[in-house]
Amino acid sequence: MNAAYEFVTGPLAWIAWGIFLLGSAWRLISMYQLAKKKDASSWAFLDLGFSLRSIVNWLIPFNALGWRKNPLLTVTTFAFHVCLVAVPVFLMAHVALWTEFFGLSYATLPDNVADIMTLVVLAACLVFAGRRLTQKDVAYITTGKDWLALAIVALPFLTGFLAYHQVFDYQIMLIAHIVAGEIMLAAIPFTRLSHMVFAAFTRAYMGSEFGGVRHARDW
Amino acid sequence: MGITERLIEDAGLRRGVSLLTPEKIEKTIVAVLQGETGARLKTYAETCMRCGMCAEACHFALSHPGDPSYTPAGKVHQTMSVLLDKKGRVDPDFIYGMAQLAYTECNLCRRCVHLCPIGIDTAYIMSTVRRICHKLGCTPQYMQDTAHSHASTFNQMWVKDDEWTDSLMWQEDEAREEFPGLRIPLDKEGADIYYSVIAPEPKFRTQLIYQAAAIMHMAGVDWTMPAQTGWDNSDMCMFSGDFEVMGRLKRQHFESAQKLKVKRIVMGECGHAFRSVYDVGNRWLGWRWHPVPVIHAVEFYWELIQEGKIKLAKKFPGPVTIQDPCNIVRGRGLQQKLREVTRFLVEGDIIEMHPNMEHNFCCAAGGGVINCGPPFKNVRVEGNAVKAEQLKATGVKTIITPCHNCHGGLHDIIHHHKLGMDLKFLSDIIYECMEKPEA
Repeated sequence: MNAAYEFVTGPLAWIAWGIFLLGSAWRLISMYQLAKKKDASSWAFLDLGFSLRSIVNWLIPFNALGWRKNPLLTVTTFAFHVCLVAVPVFLMAHVALWTEFFGLSYATLPDNVADIMTLVVLAACLVFAGRRLTQKDVAYITTGKDWLALAIVALPFLTGFLAYHQVFDYQIMLIAHIVAGEIMLAAIPFTRLSHMVFAAFTRAYMGSEFGGVRHARDW
Repeated sequence: MGITERLIEDAGLRRGVSLLTPEKIEKTIVAVLQGETGARLKTYAETCMRCGMCAEACHFALSHPGDPSYTPAGKVHQTMSVLLDKKGRVDPDFIYGMAQLAYTECNLCRRCVHLCPIGIDTAYIMSTVRRICHKLGCTPQYMQDTAHSHASTFNQMWVKDDEWTDSLMWQEDEAREEFPGLRIPLDKEGADIYYSVIAPEPKFRTQLIYQAAAIMHMAGVDWTMPAQTGWDNSDMCMFSGDFEVMGRLKRQHFESAQKLKVKRIVMGECGHAFRSVYDVGNRWLGWRWHPVPVIHAVEFYWELIQEGKIKLAKKFPGPVTIQDPCNIVRGRGLQQKLREVTRFLVEGDIIEMHPNMEHNFCCAAGGGVINCGPPFKNVRVEGNAVKAEQLKATGVKTIITPCHNCHGGLHDIIHHHKLGMDLKFLSDIIYECMEKPEA
């Protein structure tokens, strides 16, 4: 079991982070080159000010028309994304690993807060899944890729929660949790999760078009 | 559920599809996807999380509650997503449905942009689908007829060169009875304003040219209209996917204005033409901005009012409501100027529709949908029941909308739903209410 732990926190972690960071960089750079080559008539209108205007307006809950028209999804998606990022980054046990391996140390979330935030992520995943199953307009457009993305994100939190509360075998659950987390990292550049890499740019482009050319709001 | 369950017979689509082979389809689709699309389409296809938020955006979806195949993402799901997944290996019957959906069930109005957190431009995706259909020769018969007219005559309505100048001189002649000294100056070099219209104006809404001439005359504007091709600013090729001809049309329009060394182009009260000249054609031609400044009639009238050049003898009796044309509101942000002009002209309230301004619902005629002709009329009339409800809720008699497509679309909605409302262009009201010479 120790050897397995060593492996998943050692070589496998390096591979997962490597795929995540290098893969994301490669996707961004190749997309940038493609945009310069094939989307010149769009690229020409990119504007930092209007990009930020659009991004900021969409980062405020219930500000954009889309958020106002979908209140359940708005609450769910904002809570989901905040917890999704904050828990892995600021969890005490994770920071301890950074300290152990690299001597890094920074602020942490109290464990009980992180526990609740984990439940928020899982509840949000249930809401997303429920919409895909029961809401006709969402079910109609749902594909395997969407279920895959949801599963990849839900698993690290589910296994992390179970490991923390020592349900089933702690060692096995911990290793499963680490592997699930690594799968999520490695999947980011190559699945629907790539919106983490690209969404700011698609939003920025739309903001630039609406701000600089169409002189209208895009939120 | 989906387009295959609501196919409509169209001669153009049927004949186009009958000539297709799987090889030709694949080759054409791959050529367009690889040759003409890039990072935009790729990121849109990949990062659409299929959240369904855009369902609330589309008048087609809202008018068909419970049928998700009309939602923006649902439409992409049935068309571009399939082309990408199958790498173009689809059969001719699929192309029929794809073409019908792209040409008649999406107005390219871009309202869904306001509901997509990621900022996906569904109109761009549907335009690319149309581009593929055009390349495959599968376009609705009526729309293709207008595209042919553009290609052969540089105008949308098969107006012959002599008919064009005849129509202008006829309107000038008529108007001189009411406005002695009025001219419609043809090919006047160095004029301040080059006034361009869409071909339906000389063809069957000639009074709009009369009214424009009256307004120009009374406001003392130094203006001209071109005697040669280039006068028609409309563009069905932009909507059919025939971008090559679109480029020729826009070049002709700009070059005709450049030859006359005019200071600015003022476009008549049309939305799609404005989109074509202001936002689309220039890009196809490789111009970031326009070689001659371009403004829409709403902005022009607004300027004239600011300068005190439009003098009213009376005000138009309100209340009125305003139909915001997508292409000058989401396309150019003219919603406030439209209201300021309306307030200047109308006595009484503007009863707003909700949603309005840049969140307005499209008339369902735009994007070339009305140009697909009678076979698809009910698609757009029944596909915009929400607009009928919006209009009814205002309780007013008069709708002001500075767009030809909005007029066409709302006219049919008003009749179908027996709303008994009148439609007005701004120029209708300015002409009716302005000071005129003593007869």
